[in-house]
Amino acid sequence: MTGILSIAIWTPIIFGIILLLVQDKLSTTLTYRLGNLFGFISFLVTLPLYIYFDKGFSGFQFQEIYPWINHFSINYHLGLDGISLPLVLLTSFISWLVIFISSNSIQRAIGFYISAFLILSGLMIGVFLALDAILYYVFWEAMLIPMFLLIGIWGGPNRVYATIKFFLYTVLGSLLMLVAFLYLYNQTASFAILDFYTKPLSLNIQVLIFLAFFMAFAVKIPMWPVHTWLPDAHVEAPTGGSVILAAIMLKLGGYSFIRFAMPISPDALIFLKPFLIGLSLIAIVYIAFVAIVQTDMKKLIAYSSISHMGFVTLGLFILNPLGFEGGYVQMISHGFISAALFFAIGVLYERMHSRNISDYKGVINSMPIFGSFFVLFAMANSGLPGTSGFVGEFLVILGAMQDHFWIAFFASLTLIFGATYSLWLVKRIIFGEVKNKKIAALKDLNGKEFFVMSVLALMTLAIGIYPALITDITNQSSQVMLGLIQQSKIL
Amino acid sequence: MTLMKLYTLIPMMPLIASIVIGLFGRQLPKVFSHLIPIVLVLGSFLLSLYALYISYHGYVFNENLFRWMTVGQYDLNIGFMVDNLTALMMSVVTFVSLMVHIYTIEYMENDPGYSRFFSFISLFTFAMLMLVMSNNFLQLFFGWEAVGLVSYLLIGFWYKKPTAIHANMKAFLVNRVGDFGFLLGIALIMFYFGTLDYKEVFSRVDTLAGQEFMLMGSSVSLVTLISILLFIGAMGKSAQVPLHVWLPDSMEGPTPISALIHAATMVTAGIFLVTRVSPIVELSNTALSLILIVGSITALFMGILGIFQNDIKRVVAYSTLSQLGYMTIALGVSSYSLAMFHLFTHAFFKALLFLGAGSVIIGMHHDQNIMNMGNLKKYMPITWITFLLATLALVGMPFFSGFYSKESIIEAVKYSEIVGSSFAYFAAVFGVFITSLYSFRLYFIVFHGEERWRNKPISHNHHDHGLTTNQSPHETTWVVIMPLILLAIPSVLIGFFTIEPIIKSSFLLKDIFILNSHLALSQVTEHFHGPINMALHALATLPFWLMVLGFIVAYLLYYKNINFIKTPKILKKVMDHKYGFDNFNEYILAPLTIRLGNVLWKYMDIKIIDNFFVNGSAKTINLFSHITKKIQTGFISQYAFVMVIGLLLFISYFILGGKS
Repeated sequence: MTGILSIAIWTPIIFGIILLLVQDKLSTTLTYRLGNLFGFISFLVTLPLYIYFDKGFSGFQFQEIYPWINHFSINYHLGLDGISLPLVLLTSFISWLVIFISSNSIQRAIGFYISAFLILSGLMIGVFLALDAILYYVFWEAMLIPMFLLIGIWGGPNRVYATIKFFLYTVLGSLLMLVAFLYLYNQTASFAILDFYTKPLSLNIQVLIFLAFFMAFAVKIPMWPVHTWLPDAHVEAPTGGSVILAAIMLKLGGYSFIRFAMPISPDALIFLKPFLIGLSLIAIVYIAFVAIVQTDMKKLIAYSSISHMGFVTLGLFILNPLGFEGGYVQMISHGFISAALFFAIGVLYERMHSRNISDYKGVINSMPIFGSFFVLFAMANSGLPGTSGFVGEFLVILGAMQDHFWIAFFASLTLIFGATYSLWLVKRIIFGEVKNKKIAALKDLNGKEFFVMSVLALMTLAIGIYPALITDITNQSSQVMLGLIQQSKIL
Repeated sequence: MTLMKLYTLIPMMPLIASIVIGLFGRQLPKVFSHLIPIVLVLGSFLLSLYALYISYHGYVFNENLFRWMTVGQYDLNIGFMVDNLTALMMSVVTFVSLMVHIYTIEYMENDPGYSRFFSFISLFTFAMLMLVMSNNFLQLFFGWEAVGLVSYLLIGFWYKKPTAIHANMKAFLVNRVGDFGFLLGIALIMFYFGTLDYKEVFSRVDTLAGQEFMLMGSSVSLVTLISILLFIGAMGKSAQVPLHVWLPDSMEGPTPISALIHAATMVTAGIFLVTRVSPIVELSNTALSLILIVGSITALFMGILGIFQNDIKRVVAYSTLSQLGYMTIALGVSSYSLAMFHLFTHAFFKALLFLGAGSVIIGMHHDQNIMNMGNLKKYMPITWITFLLATLALVGMPFFSGFYSKESIIEAVKYSEIVGSSFAYFAAVFGVFITSLYSFRLYFIVFHGEERWRNKPISHNHHDHGLTTNQSPHETTWVVIMPLILLAIPSVLIGFFTIEPIIKSSFLLKDIFILNSHLALSQVTEHFHGPINMALHALATLPFWLMVLGFIVAYLLYYKNINFIKTPKILKKVMDHKYGFDNFNEYILAPLTIRLGNVLWKYMDIKIIDNFFVNGSAKTINLFSHITKKIQTGFISQYAFVMVIGLLLFISYFILGGKS
């Protein structure tokens, strides 16, 4: 089965390049159709990863290793474990949905738009599959280019400020991460991540390495107080950009914490645990309050994302199986729910050209199907049992309780505040008398929108009702990871 | 067919009905919208009776349906446990649900959301069954929140009404405050026992006694903490003070669901929860006292509010609050089976009161103000008789079902020695007078006296509901009347026939744990000499005469219209503000939340983090990059390109430098 990982990465990238080359010669419709087909095939080629995945095996599967730059022992090394598999599937699936629905909103240069998403998708999958630090780093940095272009070309009026803010935040972190990689290379004479895992390091060094990683990943996920780029980026990004940003790019931060920061510097992690948990709790509670008072619906969902990512980091840093698994499931679940919410906002924006909550009221009267979906996803966002939003929060709270009562206490406050911002949003937008003629004239979901909303709803419910779908994949690998973290690396 | 499959069918049938009607209800002919749910809920009801039959013969079913997930060494499952307690709840839920399904055919006949309504109440039936049939805390929480969701959807069923969509959000959020405590309680159980399975938790519960837990620098008893947290959940769902504020507002929903969800079933989930976890709660006298006092306050003070309401549904709603208080009192004195008994009888007569009120509302053309009603007995005889029977059951008239359950609770409180029981006794006994007063006030104003709608000022407002001065109300069709009659029968009789097994036999007691030192219930059992004896004996007790007094006062004030009592202004003001709970939430809590959010956002996020740190460093960089301005093109793609090139150079330099 070797080769399927490379196929998963390079299929969308090559398709993207092909589309870029041929788009001038095709009509808009044809370009869209071809791009959609490419996106769908790119999703299909990731399915074998799931089909042939051995759930009982805890190591890396389908490994590919070829020398790349021999001189510095840099390898093209790929591998898949239970931690990366669900994220890879999420990436290829959501990317396809974004491409599928792009014809609704994008008039300008659709071929370019779709190829940016295809390339982005391949690069993100590359991040999840790379087992060589430099390979990982190349994917990680290259990924920013299509994202900048997406916001910069198809973004809103204030896009330049948003991109620069995004850029500054991200670059600062990435450079420190690179320094950490180079230090580790000096120590191990290898860029293989697995070699980094076993290298003993003193606590001081570990703390420095952890902080270097932390700067890169905390910005990405994002954690408080390096979160302020996210609402701006969301507001300026086109719908598809927001969806990818929330559903997948944030998870790169969470994934990288699991893959690098935690196993490479476990003692630093334990040393810094109170600090990390404190930041996570601030994100959960503080950001929820900020979300309540937002007047722009995209900003509201953006802040809600940050609050939910607070649950991810809390779960990961609480360092027990319940929390770890909970944080992980929360990432996947948030991938579906936030994607759906940003799609939903896109649906409204295309019709009304406003994201101001106060411009809306009584949308359900003219869009009953859309309204039903919106209520469902808002409920999922506030962690209703039966939806995927519940699983992660529940496990993280159970995990937090194993650590300390007050951590669980503050984390559980999300039950109240999460419901407050989600349901208040629903009340103001969806319910009530029709506000004006524009809302009365709204058309309900078209076929494509309905399809996207339905599949996301199905996924949200499926994970909520049977979360073993995910945890059976991750269980073995998370135990390995937790094992690595619990072993001291101090000589 | 195995028992597992059979029991799985019980909640699944309403779920299937809900999904089919929810997705295709508008495409199918209208008759299917009610036919499919009714047939399937009927099936559920019959199977529930069968489950009751099986568990009555001593077989406790307990099996897992599927593995929800595995985390490390923990297995979380979905499964069913059917003992007498569960089977009783299942039967009540499915029976009342069935009645409400039938009643809805007429009540919602001309509503554009006809099929949606049936889909929701079937979904509710499913969720409630999952809640009561669960064999673990996880699934219990699922059912718990799912009934909350359906309640939210149904209170806001008429989503154009601003009051309705305010009420449904309020209901959900207040319940979330309760769930917050509940979830922490569940997490503590997981922390201590390492499982959420009832059977395993309860089998090791005795090790919990004496465990201490560090909290805020001092140690508290773990069992007390768990009990109180679980009870906070119960307080939300069963609307105990101060989390009761959502229930009166929930009357914005259509009346059938007020009967089903906000009277008979969902609001009793908290009572069921505490009964289910009796092995835990019993170990903490502190928690029991708290439960007792909260219940007493709710029973008394919410009843008093009922006297001052003029909306027919709100009177019944406050009555529900007060009766839930009685059930909670029973929990507090460790008489769980009596709480369940009152829950059981209350489900029938309160559902009947609500459906009767609904029938009145249809008759009055959707006018709910009792000050426009009067003398309805002439026009709506069946509604009148059944409403009177329900009223008699509610006030505790000897031989009626409500009498047996309420009287036993008062007895139990009398024998209890737990802290707070003397206050509870006063509240419970005085509450009888209050109950009688508000019930007969409602009854006299609605069914007797002059026909007030005839001298109502003429309104030219199109949207005004209600009868015009020359119209007369009339009884509606059999689908409304039949449920009234079918509910009236148990409202009158069921207490008489079931008190013996509930008090004397181990029917419920075998599923409940009561500490030997908590004597209240066994004292009640000891003093019980048959239902007839009990009723006759009651004629010589204080509660009976307080009930009569309530009747007399109501008769004089609202039938004879003799105003011999004048409500003091201050009392009137307190009553109008309902003790100020809503004001506190709306004028203090909500604005504070918004204020805090704005402060955090505008000062922390924007001023400090963004303007000072982020833009500050950007400006600093700008200062340095002043010289290099020439190469700043402003295109982010070029920046990115330069960055990648730069990094490659950087890597090369570092590596080559390191090697040489």
